[in-house]
Amino acid sequence: MAPVATPFFFYLLAGIMLIGGILVITRKNAVHSALALIVTLLAQASIYLMLYAPFVAGVQIILYAGGIMVLFLFVIMLVSIERSMKERQFNSQWVVGIIAATALGGLFIAVFTKGKNIFPDHVLSVVEDNNTQEVATLLYGQYMFAFEIASLLLLVAIIGAVVMAKKRI
Amino acid sequence: MESMLHITTLHYLVLGAALFVLGVIGVLTRRNVVIVLMSIELILNAVNLNLVAFSRYWQGMPVRMGGGPLALHGQIFSIFVITDAAAEAAVGLGILIAFFRNKETVNIDEVNLLKW
Amino acid sequence: MDRIIQYIESYLGSDKTPGAAGNMFWALVYIMLVFAGLSVAVIAMNWLERKILAHMQVRLGPMRVGPHGLLQPIADAIKLLLKEDIMPSEADGFVFWMAPLIVVLAAFTVFIVVPFGPTHAVTDMNIGILFMLGVSSLSVLGIVMAGWASNSHYPLIGALRSSAQMVSYEIAMGLAVVSAILMTSLNAEGTGTLSMIGIVQAQQAQGEWFIFKFFPLGLIAFFIFAVAMVAETNRAPFDLAEAESELTAGFHTEYSGFRWSLFFLAEYSAMIAVSSIAVTLWLGGWLRPFPNLLSGRIWDLAFSLVPGITFLFFAAICFYNTARMPKHPLFRVQTIGLAGFGAVLGLIGLVLFIPAVSLRVQDIFWFSSKVAGFMYMYIWYRGTFPRYRFDQLMQMGWKVLLPMGLGVLILTAGIALLQQTIWHP
Repeated sequence: MAPVATPFFFYLLAGIMLIGGILVITRKNAVHSALALIVTLLAQASIYLMLYAPFVAGVQIILYAGGIMVLFLFVIMLVSIERSMKERQFNSQWVVGIIAATALGGLFIAVFTKGKNIFPDHVLSVVEDNNTQEVATLLYGQYMFAFEIASLLLLVAIIGAVVMAKKRI
Repeated sequence: MESMLHITTLHYLVLGAALFVLGVIGVLTRRNVVIVLMSIELILNAVNLNLVAFSRYWQGMPVRMGGGPLALHGQIFSIFVITDAAAEAAVGLGILIAFFRNKETVNIDEVNLLKW
Repeated sequence: MDRIIQYIESYLGSDKTPGAAGNMFWALVYIMLVFAGLSVAVIAMNWLERKILAHMQVRLGPMRVGPHGLLQPIADAIKLLLKEDIMPSEADGFVFWMAPLIVVLAAFTVFIVVPFGPTHAVTDMNIGILFMLGVSSLSVLGIVMAGWASNSHYPLIGALRSSAQMVSYEIAMGLAVVSAILMTSLNAEGTGTLSMIGIVQAQQAQGEWFIFKFFPLGLIAFFIFAVAMVAETNRAPFDLAEAESELTAGFHTEYSGFRWSLFFLAEYSAMIAVSSIAVTLWLGGWLRPFPNLLSGRIWDLAFSLVPGITFLFFAAICFYNTARMPKHPLFRVQTIGLAGFGAVLGLIGLVLFIPAVSLRVQDIFWFSSKVAGFMYMYIWYRGTFPRYRFDQLMQMGWKVLLPMGLGVLILTAGIALLQQTIWHP
């Protein structure tokens, strides 16, 4: 099952992610864009599972799809943009934007075709299934300082968001 | 065709690059601020995909080069990126709400009060 | 035919769940069984809720549709299926259609990791509890979408309130869950696990349910989770967002017929899902009561008779009520129906006495009876407590449960560290 399933699931999930990404940037209705982004995020969590990163997949589902996207949907509903659906969707510099993105895409294509053989295809042994424990060992060991700074960053973000959105300070 | 059937690290990197380009197009061309913020989230996700793909690659490299089955640095980095994306989305949407209260619009073109 | 029997028997002796063993066919069979069991449970919950609430309020509840109202859920289901499917004209069609689907998907997908026994789960992910918490948080998205797509004031306010409440209580739930997971690492190697089956096996190895561990910390963590799970599923006393006297049914006001029944199904499934988390983490999952205190072959035999005795007890209640039915020709069909139902229950009870069946089904019985206890508590809360006002609700979530959860987590971590390093190194 493994030799057939991996490319099938990879191409299926990659197709879902790319279609979701295209829908995010082209929909008129912001709620439809948010739904497409949720689909992309869930497909990405499945790709993390394929890359043997179950803890990051779980974090992605809980935080990104279940937290950040709820925040986005809340704000879209508070801002209530039926008016903006009838206006122009793309700004006046869209031509320059597309040219810049095409240049970026060309750069990526050049890098990937030139460096196609830099990553030798070694056979990976099946990893044991205590990924969470290994992540925890690294996170609370080597990256303890970054962990504390991230928690401080979240505290600052909470206070900042509350102060920004209050009517009267 | 056979090379397309065997999924290597390069496949994940190309997928990440494609998502990144889509996010950049979204940031540069859309007028609605919320959709611009969502395109930024798309960019951050593409970066995360790169990081986790590389972490899997390094798990196969020999230990003396910094690899080995415990070399999960890419996954740790991507957890921090998700945390930062959450913080940035919260603050960005707070700014959006504060601005919307003043000007009643969500179009980036009309954020031009400081224009000379 | 022989090959089929051989195939079934070769599987039944394995010691892994079908997902872990990579067995697609048996995984599908288990998914069908879980789905069927869940549907029966939701139907039974509907009847039980109306009857138990009625008896708590000193009235009788539905008595007319079948004997003692037993066919009432089926009548409700038929009515909901035959109702007209209304969509508001200004509503966003695609989002309106998708919202119940997302809520139902989120509520049902959780059940692939729920452990009914040591091998009786669809699969055993090594991030089982993380998966359950994550997927059950996706139902918030469906509720927000439902409120927005209805394009009307009451659903929007109801959806925003409901999702704000669910997100707030998820944090308290997560903290309580983490302090239970901490207790799984109190073994010789110091390795804990996030997999649901591993958590119950840790309770079995350590010899006590986690609710009694480090008394009273396990109890407080269980209490925090029990309160947070009632708020998470929008049930009384935290049902301001969907109670009829407050917001005209909240986010599912504009839904009728089959779509409303999908929300209803998802709500009951979510209740069963979070009760399963509570049972697995604190109440020992599929373990029978007193596994270490009353151990030995005689006690094992006695406890293995309990499933059969329970069903025979229910059958006896049915027969007693059959005898008490009015002896009027109009009630003949109902009397025969109730007697038949009692006979079916008695038959199941007798089948459960067979040792071969009892050994395999016993774990499922203990797990289901603990979850049924939680369902009874849900109905009891609904019949007893007055409703919380919304600001009181949010205040309790953020200012009471969150600090309590943090305190329990720090104390549990401290005592676990002391136990691992100083007391039993």
